[in-house]
Amino acid sequence: MDFTDSPDDAAYRARARDWLAANGAEYRTPPAEPYSRDELVRRSRAWQKAKHQAGYTGITWPKSMGGQGLSPMHAIIFNQEQSRYFAPTGLFEIGLGMCIPTVFTHGSPEIIARYVAPALAGDEVWCQLFSEPAAGSDLAGIRTRAVRDSDAPDADWIIDGQKVWTTNAHLSDYGIIVTRTDPSVPKHKGLTMFIVDMHGDGVEARPLKQMSGGSDFNEVFFTGVRVKDSHRLGAVGDGWKVALTTLMNERLAVGGKPSHAPDYAMLMDFARRIETDTGPAIEQRDVRQRVAAAYIADEGIKLTQMRALSALSKGQVPGPEQSISKVVVAKTMQEMGALALDLSEAAGLVTADADPVLAKFQGSYMAAAGLRIAGGTDEILRNIIAERVLGLPGDLRPDKDAPFNAAVAA
Amino acid sequence: MDFDFSDDAKTLREQARKLFDERAGPAVARKHIDGDGIDRDLWRTVVELGWTAARVPEAHGGIGLSAEASCVLAEEAGRALAAVPLGSVLAATEALIALGSPEQQARWLPGIADGSVVAVPAWAEGGLSPAKAGASVSGGRISGTKAPVPDLAAAQLAIVSASGPDGVGLYLVDLTGPDVAVEPVETLDLVRRHGGLTLTGAPAEPLGGPSGYHDWLDRAAVLGAFEALGTATAAMDMAVAYAKERVAFGQKIGRYQGVKHKCADMFIKLELARAHALHAAWAMGADAAELRQAASAARVASLDALAFCAEENVQIHGGIGYTWDSDCQFYYRRNRALAAALGSRTFWADRLVRSLEQRNAVAA
Repeated sequence: MDFTDSPDDAAYRARARDWLAANGAEYRTPPAEPYSRDELVRRSRAWQKAKHQAGYTGITWPKSMGGQGLSPMHAIIFNQEQSRYFAPTGLFEIGLGMCIPTVFTHGSPEIIARYVAPALAGDEVWCQLFSEPAAGSDLAGIRTRAVRDSDAPDADWIIDGQKVWTTNAHLSDYGIIVTRTDPSVPKHKGLTMFIVDMHGDGVEARPLKQMSGGSDFNEVFFTGVRVKDSHRLGAVGDGWKVALTTLMNERLAVGGKPSHAPDYAMLMDFARRIETDTGPAIEQRDVRQRVAAAYIADEGIKLTQMRALSALSKGQVPGPEQSISKVVVAKTMQEMGALALDLSEAAGLVTADADPVLAKFQGSYMAAAGLRIAGGTDEILRNIIAERVLGLPGDLRPDKDAPFNAAVAA
Repeated sequence: MDFDFSDDAKTLREQARKLFDERAGPAVARKHIDGDGIDRDLWRTVVELGWTAARVPEAHGGIGLSAEASCVLAEEAGRALAAVPLGSVLAATEALIALGSPEQQARWLPGIADGSVVAVPAWAEGGLSPAKAGASVSGGRISGTKAPVPDLAAAQLAIVSASGPDGVGLYLVDLTGPDVAVEPVETLDLVRRHGGLTLTGAPAEPLGGPSGYHDWLDRAAVLGAFEALGTATAAMDMAVAYAKERVAFGQKIGRYQGVKHKCADMFIKLELARAHALHAAWAMGADAAELRQAASAARVASLDALAFCAEENVQIHGGIGYTWDSDCQFYYRRNRALAAALGSRTFWADRLVRSLEQRNAVAA
């Protein structure tokens, strides 16, 4: 066993580190105040463009798609180094992590030529229009309709419906949208995917205010939105298969802990600073047990990710253990946040003038409730582990084989 | 980056799994309820295959493999509930290798390698944590009672913790010598036999000092973590197999989320424990500064996984799982034996946090 980089990986890391030191100096520390919306977009685009010019975008993509044609290990190394900084990367994560790989897997040459390069260069922002109010975990139950405008083989499509939980829709130029094109067949079979212009007529993104007070998500309304048939991704009725391409990429992207979330070390420091009636909180036996549990979960996921890196660096496919990551990370964030707030007694409730570390735990406690749902709920992820890893039978799905428009909720 | 066992260790693991699949497992363990807890034919094969010699340096008649070898052997023995004293011997061997003088190693390691000596650690004394010892040494003689000691009846050499002039340390006690009495102690684990060791001024040689004792505790915790991982994995596999086969309300019970989510949680806890155990195996092999932290985390995580898998395995089986004839009881009982084998979860969780505090203090 050996935790060091191979010589090639070490050289790549050193180059990335040098480039970040030379170009990311302003992001060494977090911004004093959150950026305004326009400022966030401006900085995100500029950072993406700078990385693009230096060859640090599309690291694993084929060169024919404008990527670097390198291994997942290189992408991970660059991201590890980048995560030491507070550069704004979130705006492009979904587009480049999920949407564009779907576009270049299923799009026509003309579509690829039009859309891939501007996204990679940071000129165009993308969002993923999948979930709906009545279809979250049960994604194949979506109801947004796409109907041909005429009988011509290449007729335009008209889209009507509503999407929700769409990250950054209000900042996006384009989206990939999954629609129902045939309600008379079983639900997985009547879906079709399109590229949609987010600035087009009939598209309205309304930011959704989250429980935490932030607004990362939107509801998006589509009213008679016209889309050219050339902007269809995959065959008519193959939308589920195309969506799986996107979701496979999502599972890679939403796996780890949000960068800069509090870790066990911060929890230990915090518990040491808190004076209780019987001395520092960290000296209390139950606190020590809970800190140990936080360490085991927090570091256990990091070590599990190292097992994956190890497999990747040998050119192997990571094992099924990777599937535990998000379900552990989200709940651990919640538990660590709750412990920090408990230790603070009544001050744990007060947000005005909260100590910055306490504020961080308050923030991560609020965010964790969303993280346990986003990108696959705790329950769906346990289903996936039980069914795909352990081979247990799937849940009964009474609507699975019935025509979508005939399936009745029990 | 190579965070995985070496190919050599993986080959040894496959070899061990094959043998134990054929010759051990819960059905065989059941036969030892009425025996003395040692499958002598299997033990002879284990010795012939060189597994007690694996970790012993070549100069002392061994094969001189790395710590990874002991880890995979402990895991496979744990998976199969093998009725052999392999876990005890591996932990005792680790003490002699890490702490023994050249003379002590020359005297005892060749016998461990060739199977003529079964060596067992004896630290337990009723309700004391591993940090304490009521047994005491004075003028090269040791007195006190150690119990429960796993595999004691089969042993010729005990590695005993006792209070000496500098604190609690380890001592070598020849069990074939004078002033040594051994008697059986009944425990919840019906397969792995434990004993009580009464020492009344028996000759004892110090093995390393008090800091060496704590270093050995960490190493033994790593091996214990792998044994627990193996046992927990077997309990999970048993639960999953039953959930795929048992029908209730017209469908396999594994379809119910109440059942399948328990199975998923078994997997989650096991994989967290496995990641920490691998980290600890690395730290042990590399003599890394992180050994205490990694070993403590591996022990706590593996005990958590084992308790959950063993307890929920009974639950998933329902009433049949609670019968004497079901194999569920062996994992449930072994869970308690392994939890008690080297200090409680509470002791090790505290040790983990203390080691993190010390590392942070050094870093600051």
